Amino acid sequence: MRVAFYPGCVSKGACPELYASARAIAAPLGLELEELTEAPCTGAGVLSEQNPDLADALNGLTLAMAESKDADLMTICSTCQGVLSNVNYHLKNDERRLDKVNQTIGDQGFRYEGTATVKHLLWMLFEDIGIDRVRAAIKRKLTGLKIAPFYGCYILRPAEVLGLQERPERKRYLEQLIALLDAEPVEYRGATKCCGFPMLTFNREASLAMAGNHIVEAKDKGADLLVTPCPLCHLNLDGQQPDAARVLNRAIGVPIFHLPQLLGLAFGLTPEELRLNHHVVPTARALEKIELKV
Amino acid sequence: MQFTIEVGRYNPEGVYSQAAMRAEAYPPPWETAPPRHYQTYTVELPDHAVVLDALIAIREYQDESLAVRCACRSAICGSCAMWINGHAYLACKSKLTVFTDNGKTRVETPPSMPVIRDLIWNMGPFWQKHRAVKPWLEPTEPVPPALEEYRVHNAAMDELIQEVSCISCGCCLMDCESYAVNGEFLGPQALAQAYRYTADPRDADARERLADYSRPGGVWDCTHCYECVTQCPKGVAPLEQILKLRKLAVDAGFTHNPGTRHADAFASSVRHSGKLDELTLLPKSIGLFNLVAQLKTLPAALRMARAGKLPPLIHRAMPGVDRIKTIFNRVGGRFK
Repeated sequence: MRVAFYPGCVSKGACPELYASARAIAAPLGLELEELTEAPCTGAGVLSEQNPDLADALNGLTLAMAESKDADLMTICSTCQGVLSNVNYHLKNDERRLDKVNQTIGDQGFRYEGTATVKHLLWMLFEDIGIDRVRAAIKRKLTGLKIAPFYGCYILRPAEVLGLQERPERKRYLEQLIALLDAEPVEYRGATKCCGFPMLTFNREASLAMAGNHIVEAKDKGADLLVTPCPLCHLNLDGQQPDAARVLNRAIGVPIFHLPQLLGLAFGLTPEELRLNHHVVPTARALEKIELKV
Repeated sequence: MQFTIEVGRYNPEGVYSQAAMRAEAYPPPWETAPPRHYQTYTVELPDHAVVLDALIAIREYQDESLAVRCACRSAICGSCAMWINGHAYLACKSKLTVFTDNGKTRVETPPSMPVIRDLIWNMGPFWQKHRAVKPWLEPTEPVPPALEEYRVHNAAMDELIQEVSCISCGCCLMDCESYAVNGEFLGPQALAQAYRYTADPRDADARERLADYSRPGGVWDCTHCYECVTQCPKGVAPLEQILKLRKLAVDAGFTHNPGTRHADAFASSVRHSGKLDELTLLPKSIGLFNLVAQLKTLPAALRMARAGKLPPLIHRAMPGVDRIKTIFNRVGGRFK
């Protein structure tokens, strides 16, 4: 299946392990990734709050690029998914807003007709690739691992623009996937909460407390690791975890896996191929449970 | 139809029915909230019944000791806001058939609020925040003579209808993720009302308001999680009003804060390279001369570097960046 691949800035910046692992799982899933190398950053909601026209134009350009490739646009980041879904929803439902975008990007030979579909890899697994294909690619069961899902706000809210009203099952895909890989999903409140990353520079203590609280809750319920489809959540949950532990005044030490890393392990790839040796919180103890070393 | 209702009971005298189950601890950050004892009731009601119908039926016919606050039963007074299956809703607007999960409906007060008794939470913190944003109009001059009124264009009030719809039920604050870890945060309800008064053409106080709302605890302490948008029973969408306030504050010149620096650094990076330069975003957002805050982030940066997760030192522009620069020149506003 051919997709217009939108990796997002973070997978090319502070989370290179996400980009590497997403590339590595494409073949077993039968995904042909046509990367949109000239598509700009979504603005992560920061640009849209200060200048909605600018955010519409930048994301409209990306949507037009995907449309011209005649393939669904695939994201690997909850934040990219949220922002692109939001803009796409409004451009599809508001002709004046769409016209405005086309006036801005028209000079450069682009035009968005409003037909693109934006889907996170997580959604594609269930809705396009199909769980039979995923199941067929499994070479290593993750039996014995207790895994806590962590979705990231922008793949869950607001429900309307993300199509969750038509497809409420999207709210439980991570739990379903964890079970499909023969691991045990951990049920805890934090799964759908905010990691605190958007506030990191504005109110560091509150942001770290937020991240720490959710990991601690999952840990208290027995989680060996958290898995997230959002690299921005990963930056707070993994990158800032030692500081979050200090704010909460307790040891945490729970590794955070990107969604493609978890899939890659199940598909028989090595921890090194998935760059599981490039995390701030070591992944070794969780990997030992499935008899792997890193 | 038969419904099973699990009620989180809190009785300051510590007197519970024999049937009350053991208390369960809340997860962080609320593990210090007073424990509720969960008590299960079964009620017979028609399938269109709402959660409040069940609670009233329990109080009237099964257990008169149950305390529940309600008035209008029509989703307009905001009295019966409570946690239903772990999220904030109006009990009078929530159908039992929709809110039955694994054969039961659990109701309790939100752990982020002080509790008075059973399902009645103390709205003190909520009103304190509401008062703090000056929820009244400071009249513009000239004040119309007695028996006359301000004349305002319909369009100006259309813009505020969404915020005026707030019924002060507290659902948004109950589920606010920033407030859960930061009691100083004014919160979604108060800030949505803050926008309602700031944007009202009859108000003369917008500048002072925006200065106030830009301080710590104000608009920049929102974490952008959309919980308030999801939980508001009246479609007020508080987060969207907070974002409008941020923009108004920046446009009015209140830019000496990490939020504005963050947006500026973000825009400058996308304008010049098409993508985000994570290496410089954080230091620029904090303020290059804020050495104490910069030092606090240093250990995290070193840990990232050690793990091989430092963004590229040379931030290269993506192909086609001229196209992006043209977009900025056309619609970039102050980011040009």
